[in-house]
Amino acid sequence: MDTLELQAKAKELRQEIIKMITAAGSGHPGGSLSAADILTVLYFDKMNLRPEEPDWTGRDYFVLSKGHAAPAQYAALALRGYFPVEELNGLRKLHSRLQGHPVSSKVPGIDVSTGSLGQGVSVACGLAKGLKIDKLPNHVYTMLGDGECQEGQVWEALMFAAHYQLDNLTVIIDHNRLQIDGQVEKVMNIEPLDKKLDAFGFNVLLVNGHDIEAIQNAIDKAKTCQGRPTAIIANTIKGRGVSFMENQAGWHGTAPKPEEAEQALQELA
Amino acid sequence: MSEKIATREAYGQTLAELAATDKNLVVLDADLSKSTKTCDFAKVCPERFIDVGIAEQNMITVSAGLATLGKHVFCSSFAIFAVGRAFEQIRNSIAYPQLPVTIAATHAGLTVGEDGATHQAIEDVAIMRAVPNMTVIVPADAEETRQAVRQLAEYPHPAYLRLGRLAVEQILPADYQFQIGKGTVLRDGKDAVIFACGLMLGKALQAAEQLAAEGINTAVVNMPTIKPLDSELVCRMAKQCGAAVTVEEHSIIGGLGSAVAETLTENCPIPLLRVGVNDQFGQSGKPDELLTEYGLTVENIAAKVKEAINRK
Repeated sequence: MDTLELQAKAKELRQEIIKMITAAGSGHPGGSLSAADILTVLYFDKMNLRPEEPDWTGRDYFVLSKGHAAPAQYAALALRGYFPVEELNGLRKLHSRLQGHPVSSKVPGIDVSTGSLGQGVSVACGLAKGLKIDKLPNHVYTMLGDGECQEGQVWEALMFAAHYQLDNLTVIIDHNRLQIDGQVEKVMNIEPLDKKLDAFGFNVLLVNGHDIEAIQNAIDKAKTCQGRPTAIIANTIKGRGVSFMENQAGWHGTAPKPEEAEQALQELA
Repeated sequence: MSEKIATREAYGQTLAELAATDKNLVVLDADLSKSTKTCDFAKVCPERFIDVGIAEQNMITVSAGLATLGKHVFCSSFAIFAVGRAFEQIRNSIAYPQLPVTIAATHAGLTVGEDGATHQAIEDVAIMRAVPNMTVIVPADAEETRQAVRQLAEYPHPAYLRLGRLAVEQILPADYQFQIGKGTVLRDGKDAVIFACGLMLGKALQAAEQLAAEGINTAVVNMPTIKPLDSELVCRMAKQCGAAVTVEEHSIIGGLGSAVAETLTENCPIPLLRVGVNDQFGQSGKPDELLTEYGLTVENIAAKVKEAINRK
């Protein structure tokens, strides 16, 4: 896929995110929309995957540490062919495979159950370390929220990644600057994030998380870095693509009403 | 008297033995490998030993990643830190996705000794037992530990293995066969039955011996698997004996005593008394002093058996 096609695919992802959260009547649109471009690049361009064979041993791994952005991952998986797109309507409903937060045993393409913040990055470290032990070339990606970086466990995991020189691990931080209680900076400041990651031994890259080509370049750079893990700080906009959701903490965990969804889909058309 | 060996020693030795044959085995520790005895594995297989430093939450969750790749994972710390500090990691990243990780926690119970209450886990079994998908095993001696470790290395489910610091005598007979989910009648009886696990099994047998001298015929059942409980055996022995006592080095809330009480209450109610730590914290002291201080004694077990029989 070229850049234009990827941009179009990201738009499709956003449409599906709005549709499924609206159908569910609950969910997390803000952080799903901010992550959409990065997930598009990973799932439609950079990761080695076989949707027809989800457990293919040569696959790259993706761990959505910010598990509440499940709609973005579900949309990517469905559009990539892991399961029918129609199934997205079942999000958060009784007996659906598409639980509010991703479950590994249920959904094809989901390797790791996440949802409790701070844990996905540790699981990703376990995957990367295990692949190193076996001398396998698979790459591991994990995406964290910026608010998530307030969890102490994140820093335990980052310390581990650098200590064991996990250069097969790329940590992407969806830096949308908002969390449930408001601005990350005001709730509990995590800055200077780049300096902290650098001090923890990471190869740190800063990128516009909505610029497809910039994301592609960063991921390529991460893969060539040897001897240490890479952290990509992706500057993003929470609610990106829907005017009334952008930069509004209130849209962290609120589903749009049908008329709001209609407007959102018009903007994403 | 046989040589005394701590269950943690048997754990480390068995891991080291398995290193050669089980190439999928990975062992993690959180800076306590010399105490948990995972150092035995690290010596023979450094490439598959991972020290995470003093970071139990990360250890548990890194284990989840390794298990996702198909590794057979054992991770160890003291029971208080493995279960207490990392409870939610165990619940959400190991048990919920049903990953085959064994949390082998050492230094459980009062017999940690001098370190005191901060290091004496007395509620770990209760916590682990409440988590869906979790198997909970409390071996009584070194041989039972060896067999449990070998079986858990092939076990496709999450498990909690509770081990002790204190050297204990070999209690189980030479032909003993451990099986996950099964209890074993070590001594038959008809007046009362004692269900015991861990290092209290030996004291339960001694109590039965004392009672026999007084003409009281007490059965003793080893219950190494607290979950899933061998309910069939519990009920069969309850019906046979009509009075029961549970014995464990754990709080009377939530451990073996609770598990047996739940089963008996629902299926065949009989008088039941529990010997354990009575909902209070431990303290510093020598292991034997602590067991005596908190009523985990042969005499107390025998007294409880008589009381249970009187309530028939």
